This record gives sequence, structure tokens and C-alpha cells, in this order.
Amino acid sequence: MSNLIISNSIRFIGLVLLQVLILNHVNLFGYLNPLVYIVWIFLFPIRKNKSIFLIASFLLGLSVDFFSNSGGINAAATLFIAFIRLPILKIILRKSDFDYLLFKLRAVSIDKIFLYIATLTIIHHFIVFSLEYLSFNAFMTIISNTFFTSIFTILLSILGILLFVKKK
Amino acid sequence: MQQIIYFIRKFRYFLLFIFLEVLAIIFTIQQHSYHTSKFVNSANFISGGIYHKVNSINEFFILKTENKLLIEENIQLKNLLNKKDINYSEENYNVIDTAQYFQKYEYSIAKVINNNFTKKNNILTLNKGEKQGLTTDLGVINSNGVIGVIKNVSSNYSTVLSILNSSSKINVRLKNSNHFGTLVWDGKTHTTTQLIDIPRQVTIKVGDTIITGGKSAIFPEGINTGTIKDFIFENNQYQQINVLLFNDMSSLGYVQIVKNLQKNEQKKLEQNTNNE
Repeated sequence: MSNLIISNSIRFIGLVLLQVLILNHVNLFGYLNPLVYIVWIFLFPIRKNKSIFLIASFLLGLSVDFFSNSGGINAAATLFIAFIRLPILKIILRKSDFDYLLFKLRAVSIDKIFLYIATLTIIHHFIVFSLEYLSFNAFMTIISNTFFTSIFTILLSILGILLFVKKK
Repeated sequence: MQQIIYFIRKFRYFLLFIFLEVLAIIFTIQQHSYHTSKFVNSANFISGGIYHKVNSINEFFILKTENKLLIEENIQLKNLLNKKDINYSEENYNVIDTAQYFQKYEYSIAKVINNNFTKKNNILTLNKGEKQGLTTDLGVINSNGVIGVIKNVSSNYSTVLSILNSSSKINVRLKNSNHFGTLVWDGKTHTTTQLIDIPRQVTIKVGDTIITGGKSAIFPEGINTGTIKDFIFENNQYQQINVLLFNDMSSLGYVQIVKNLQKNEQKKLEQNTNNE
């Protein structure tokens, strides 16, 4: 258990620093910056008690906001996908109830992992860009930004998970 | 009573979710309004400190361009110095009376330790703050033009509202006439900004230089800002005037901070006049 706390704390700090120091300055094609820090949400173990997970994901988003001067945009979006993570996972795996303690993401087949990550990433990015632009006039900009940044984020997240998370 | 407790127990995660989400939305709205004091900004001890550390490494790689900029500015200043021919002959000898002498602007140097230019509302972080004498609403420039206005200060760091921000409004004028306008940004590319409020009787040409107007009590008059790239003139009105900036906002190093020493005097006088 304490092992789990340490590994998740290290991943938390590592992903925030990776995001704000490197990925916020990628500017692919002039404006695309992947938001890879949400990998932390994908990998957090599933437990019956969700309050720690909700608070920690709020803090994750808020710490990215602190560095990028964006108010509470990332906090709101990250908290939202943290809240809907379990329902989405249940729909994708077509299970009404599964063993919380033994669940491992890497044990699931790759196409289901892809679907799970893609859904959450697109929802997250849509909230981030909507709150950033905050106007109906910029609707097309929001959609195109969401679409292209999501492709970039999903690609990097899946590569990262395949490379760095052990398959037992 | 038992019903309420049962209700709270049943929906406790949902209530926690709603509470935190409302908190996040409040932070977002605060960031969008200009004058409320902000809790979430990068001018704090932790994020400012981390940016400072990382920047001292990055600094090494931009030394070459920084040097080039300094040399260019030196040459410009030397040329300016040579233009002034001082006549020291007996007939007209000037005595500089230091009691009469007054300084209007004070400049100090700072460094950009975090730069943004791709978002819709871009904010920069500087490595100086309250302890080094900075306050809010000071102008930030470099040798190529205007960069922004200081927004928040902490004891050692400060954040700058960049001209690449949807709430930034800088008073500018044309170099060859005295017509004033306002420089705003539409959020598209970091090389061009837009000029609005130009009266329709003014004739402008592509390539005209835009300088700061000096009407705002923040920037001194006559700082080169950019040139007119293209414009649309329709229905007897200027619809859109694009201004190509001299500054490359994507690579900023050392900047100068302008403090107007007579700002309070000017503001007070204007206020008194308005109240009469």
C-alpha cells in the first residue's frame, strides 16, 4: 500500500514537471502543446473510496494551472475526467462490477486501452479549450484545437504507457 | 435529519466533485477579470523558483542572440550620440543646473523566465518583484519594442500581461502623423497584432511605422512597436489593420522595466480635473 502511495506521488510530481517545463513549450506547428499530465488519471488504481482520487486530481490540475497562469482551467477539466473515469471504464469493458483491487490497465487489450484513453482525453481537451476561449464565436477554433491536440496527446500517452508501465 | 445524513452519505463523492469544480471555475473567472487579486499565478515561491532554476540553464543557449541584440542597440545609441553636435565655444555655453533637472522615466532590467505566445491569453513571468522595487502597472519593453504591462507582483517574481493577450490595450500612434490608435491582439499569430480606433480620414500605407503614443502614463512616447503589414478599407472605415511587430515574442530574454516617476502627479491632476 505504501509502495502505491510513493509511486503515485513520484508520478504526480514527475508528470507536472514534464508538462510545465518541456511539453508546454513544444509548440508543434506553431501552437500544439500536448497535455500529457492526465496520464496520471488513467493509471491511478481504482478504489471504492474516491475522495482522495478526486482531491488529488484537482490538485494535479491546479498545479499545472499555477505554472501556466491559466486560473482553474486544467483543474476543472482534470477533476471532471477523474469523476467520469469509472463509468466510462465500465461501459468500455462491458462490466457492471469488477474486482477493484486486482484491476490493472495493462492487462486489458490494447484496443480497449485506446478507446478509454481517447474518450477521456477528448473530453478533457474540449473542457480546457472551451474554458480558455470562453465564447461561442471561437467554436470552430475550440473544436480544431481539441481535435489536433488530442491526437498528439493520445499518441504520446499510449507510447508512454506501453514503454514505462510494466506488464505483469 | 436522518434523511439528510443519508442523502449526504449517498452523494458524498458527487458533492465533493461539485464543490471542487465550483472552486476551479471561480479561479478561472478571477483570471479573466483584470483587477481582482489572484490566487493562481506563477509569481509565487515554488513555480517562480523552479522557472528561475530552469531558465539559468536555458540562458546559456541564448547568449549568442542576446549579445547580438545588445550590439545592435549599442550601435543605435552610438549613432544617436554622434548626431548631437555640441558647440563648446565661449558664446553659447550651457550650464546644466541640477536643481532644475528632472527625470521622468526610470529604467531597470529584469529577465523573462517563462514565456508564452501560443495561448489566447499569454502571461510572462519575470525574475524580479516587490523587493527589487517593482509594482503593478509598470511598462515592460526591450530594444525591439513593447512587451507588456506588469500584472501581479510577489516578493521576488512578477507576472506580465503580454501584448499577446486578449485584454491587452496599448495606446499607439503613427510615426508620421499624430493620430492615436489602440493596439490589440486577435489571438491568431504571435508576429502580428491589430490596430483599432484609427479615424477614417487618416491615410495609412503598408510599411508605416507604429510607435507608442505616450497617452497612457505607462510607456514613454516614441518606442518603435511595428509596421503596418496590410489593411482592409471598406465602407469608408478601416476594418482591420494588421501590424507586424518588430519584436520576436517567441524569444524574449532580458527586458527593461519602465517606471514613470510622475505617474501619480499626472493621474491626480487628471482626476481633479474630471471631478470639477
